[in-house]
Amino acid sequence: MAVDDRFPRRVGDLPDTRSGGTRSEIVTGPVADWATDFSHVEPEWAADPYPIQDDLRRRCPIAHTERFGGAWLPTRYEDVAAIAYDTERFTSRTVIVGNFRPPRDLEPVGVSPPISSDPPFHHEARRLLLPAFTKSAVRRLEPGTRAFCHELVDGFKGRDVVDAAQDYAQHIPTRVIADMLGFPPEDGPRFREFVENVLEGINLPTDERIERVDRLFDYLLQQIHDHIDHPRDDLTTYLINAELGGRRLDASEVSGMMALLLIAGVDTTWSAIGASLWHLARTPADRKRLVAEPGLLPTAMEEFLRAYAPVTMARLVKQDMHWRGVDMKADDWVLLSFPAANRDPAQFERADEVVIDRRVNRHAAFGLGVHRCVGSHLARMELRVALEVWLERIPEFTLADPSAVTWAAGQVRGPRTLPVRIG
Amino acid sequence: MKIIVDRDKCVGSGQCVMTAEGVFDQSEEDGIVELLDPEPPAEAAADVRLAASLCPAMAIRIEDAAQ
Repeated sequence: MAVDDRFPRRVGDLPDTRSGGTRSEIVTGPVADWATDFSHVEPEWAADPYPIQDDLRRRCPIAHTERFGGAWLPTRYEDVAAIAYDTERFTSRTVIVGNFRPPRDLEPVGVSPPISSDPPFHHEARRLLLPAFTKSAVRRLEPGTRAFCHELVDGFKGRDVVDAAQDYAQHIPTRVIADMLGFPPEDGPRFREFVENVLEGINLPTDERIERVDRLFDYLLQQIHDHIDHPRDDLTTYLINAELGGRRLDASEVSGMMALLLIAGVDTTWSAIGASLWHLARTPADRKRLVAEPGLLPTAMEEFLRAYAPVTMARLVKQDMHWRGVDMKADDWVLLSFPAANRDPAQFERADEVVIDRRVNRHAAFGLGVHRCVGSHLARMELRVALEVWLERIPEFTLADPSAVTWAAGQVRGPRTLPVRIG
Repeated sequence: MKIIVDRDKCVGSGQCVMTAEGVFDQSEEDGIVELLDPEPPAEAAADVRLAASLCPAMAIRIEDAAQ
């Protein structure tokens, strides 16, 4: 068999994706006016973005900031949807707002396909991933996920207060995606670091940020080599052998897709599990009802996803244009706030209330358009099983110290510290 | 109404399943659209039309019988 020499050992030997990119000035500190100076990474936003979004929706409704080299924040459902569907005028070549814009010649592939890809490349790249995330593929992972959740609760023995984010929610998607990709389960803590580096470090000095992202790719290349030497039945081996348009994927595509699956598979669901438990810890009526009516959980879960949608995506404007009353410039960022869309009263009745038996609930927590989350069945399974096991084992719990709860800042929002009293 | 889906165009976004459950599903093999009911009852018509309009890949076509 021919030696597979597609993959370098170090990230520095991957094709360059940075030359020709542009850097912007890093601006931090308190926001003067959310309509003209918003920042989704400041503590005020992280702590409670909903009143800010509601206010902007009423008076703006498309906010702007000079930070990050220029960015827009639409807050109405219809505007978020329009942008998510418009792949002609908005590119996905990068979907995390920061102070570095990668070069345009990365289009239409981007650094982490298919989320960073535009049509027509996007189509085949996405279809490559779909089979791994079908309902039946996910169903096979459910027993292991359930057993793991029980193991985590077993570990609470003898404790009155546990951290529902750090001791529970965080570990569930981390373990599941590590198994799917075929990474060593003991590497879990490193994934948390990778997630923070990619999603939360956006206002770090650009060179430091790049260096941190490189650590993730070094790790992925190491895993790729381990899989080439020891092939096994997992997603990494699948991607190494996969073909797209009659050719095998190159090193950037394989490592980029792995990066996407790892990052998108971890803190999104961890945030959704944590936010749901946070809600139940402080809303005894909903908690008691779900304990009494476990059959309501799938419906309630969709409401938690609507009300506390963890994920905000982003696009870059392709050309200068006048769009729905604002003047967008080429390479301006646009945040796609699915959380804001999900609380638009024009789209949802009682939009600002958590109604756990809401019947019609076409929320946008998994996004909209061609990039809608490829892992939604997996995320739903993890969220449902995590909540089922928790409510079965720990039907009584409250926030141990509401002021100690902290939330991640940035485009994925969920509790990062969540002390709850269980005994 | 009669529904026609184009499996080649589909990108498995799942919007149709979310909008008109019972009419559309995603295949267990490849995640691509599966038509459960090509000629759904009249009460599903509004959801189906919405699903067709929401499909980001424009993979759902509706042929109307005389109303």
